Amino acid sequence: MNRLTTLGLTALLWPGTVTLAGEWSGYLSGELRAFPAEPNDPRQHGNNLSFSAQPEYYIEWDDGRQSITVVPFARWDQGDSERTHADIRELNWLKASDNWELRIGIGKVYWGVTESQHLVDIINQTDFVENLDGEDKLGQPMLQLALIRDWGTLDLFVLPGFRERTFPGIDGRPRFQPRIDTGLTQYESSREQRNIDYAARWSHYIGDWDFGLSYFHGTSRDPTFLPTLNADGEIVIAPLYEIINQFSLDLQATLGDWLWKLEAIHRSGQGASNYAAATGGFEYTFVGIFDSSYDLGLIGEILWDERGRDAPTLFDNDTMIGARFTLNDADSSELLLGFIIDNDDQSQLLYIEGSRRIGQRWKLSIEARAFANTPQDSLLYGMRDDDYLQLEIARYF
Amino acid sequence: MQKSPRPAFKKILPITLFGLSLLPLTANAETAEEKGLAIAIKADQLDSGWGNQTADLKMVLRNRHGQESTREIRSRTLEVEGDGDKSLSIFDNPRDVKGTAFLSFTHATKPDDQWLYLPALKRVKRISSNNKSGPFMGSEFAYEDITSQEVEKYTYKYLRDEDLDGRPTFVIERYPAYKHSGYTRLVTWLDKEMYQPLKVEFYDRKKSLLKTLTASDYKQYQGKFWRPSKMSMINHQTKKSTDLFWTNYSFNTGLTDRDFDRNSLKRAR
Repeated sequence: MNRLTTLGLTALLWPGTVTLAGEWSGYLSGELRAFPAEPNDPRQHGNNLSFSAQPEYYIEWDDGRQSITVVPFARWDQGDSERTHADIRELNWLKASDNWELRIGIGKVYWGVTESQHLVDIINQTDFVENLDGEDKLGQPMLQLALIRDWGTLDLFVLPGFRERTFPGIDGRPRFQPRIDTGLTQYESSREQRNIDYAARWSHYIGDWDFGLSYFHGTSRDPTFLPTLNADGEIVIAPLYEIINQFSLDLQATLGDWLWKLEAIHRSGQGASNYAAATGGFEYTFVGIFDSSYDLGLIGEILWDERGRDAPTLFDNDTMIGARFTLNDADSSELLLGFIIDNDDQSQLLYIEGSRRIGQRWKLSIEARAFANTPQDSLLYGMRDDDYLQLEIARYF
Repeated sequence: MQKSPRPAFKKILPITLFGLSLLPLTANAETAEEKGLAIAIKADQLDSGWGNQTADLKMVLRNRHGQESTREIRSRTLEVEGDGDKSLSIFDNPRDVKGTAFLSFTHATKPDDQWLYLPALKRVKRISSNNKSGPFMGSEFAYEDITSQEVEKYTYKYLRDEDLDGRPTFVIERYPAYKHSGYTRLVTWLDKEMYQPLKVEFYDRKKSLLKTLTASDYKQYQGKFWRPSKMSMINHQTKKSTDLFWTNYSFNTGLTDRDFDRNSLKRAR
């Protein structure tokens, strides 16, 4: 590197003399899960205690146009050795210019609009041991270039390094039966986890319509499940990660009290044939019910997968209905009730998620999940005894 | 949440301005409605041209037992000619919502465009702006109290001149002209020198007195624009109250449209 380049780089990264002051935030959390029923597999744990921590360090300079974010995460779990894990959620440098942004490092990206599941969201792998809802994600190494123009934002991604989905261990709960043995993970690509994936996304809004069109080529974040025997002669499931091409659309129309939502994907490369899947529906909000400041939102969504019963997903032809109470109080109290029913076999998943702040720095959350009417050929069957009630208290700093 | 504290009156379409500038303020034939509107337009004109501003906001919420909780927000606002302002609010406290950011494009008559950024999920969520009457962050300020106050958002009626704490004021009634307001009317004591409100009484949908806002400790910036340092809202029906403390007002900060888009929302800190 010649001297001029060095100077140029130095000027780019450290323009002028600036005093840098980083900032810490994050949380510590304790979680208790109560399982009223005996486990389906005697190796699975009963009531369970768990602690997690997610500190965050952020530093910016260049008038906030450059920054570094570091977010490590760690969990200790009493009963499930696979749930005891650590991850780097974020470790990246961001440079923002007038009409572009560049992010290099481990990052997290969210795409999508629907409530019941997140079909379109593909950049980050799901940290499935954290929660069944698929909203916890593992950090993904990435180079992301965003071009910001009048016609919207074009995001281009190079994703070196694949992250395997985490699954509950032998003793974990709730989990599938037979269990998923991540020791038997298979890849379509001979480069396995070193395969480089690519993605592009155009997102924009016109009036009340927000939308994104995305393309992904690389290792599927959703594995195909292969029943097999492991070395101990136990029937287990081996996850197979195939190379896929996926086109997707996510769309939301915000029309007064109505939100109309659609997520749709078309995927090739996973299994024998191409397939499409979609989630769509609405959320209608009653603002200020009963002459109070409470809001009540009613949610309805249809979950559909072209592969039908063969789909390695819980949701091939399902209906979700839900209610969201938002108290709009000083403690930010809220409660979400969700109910997903399979339109074919009537298997049911019920969930409750609620939270409120306590004082300035604490937050109390409750969560309950219940599985009902689970037929033997349903993925939910393995979880039929895994209903649980969870209490979580988190301290933010 | 969106906005810097300009609870007064703002913005107007050029055509309206042109039409009304032909009306002399003191015309004999002027009705109470015309006089009210003329005062609102004057207040808007005096508070135009500030371009962009940033400020820090501390909110102190008090329940009927006097228990307090606080919020800290940084606010960035861009003046938009011929339309409502754009604003970005970034939450620093309470800590569980740290990094949450709110982007709002206000409009004079059609509904505002609003996006919320949820840092835990990294999700930008378009949200409905129909909750105008709902509490902002659990406070006694409704969204409609702190958004950009375009002239066209109300109709007006001049009531009387009155001294308030020794300062001459116009007392004006405003009637929301937009949908989903929680109010039937707002009685405003507008300082005759600053053309900024010193006090506002809010009447709910049942026409009962709901809240009283007091704005104080005004300071002048850029030799022109008056901003309050403190705003106190008392809810007479619930006995709860909220104080807003504004600090670090800064103008001409170099903010552009690009600082008020969905990309900037995601990286707002």
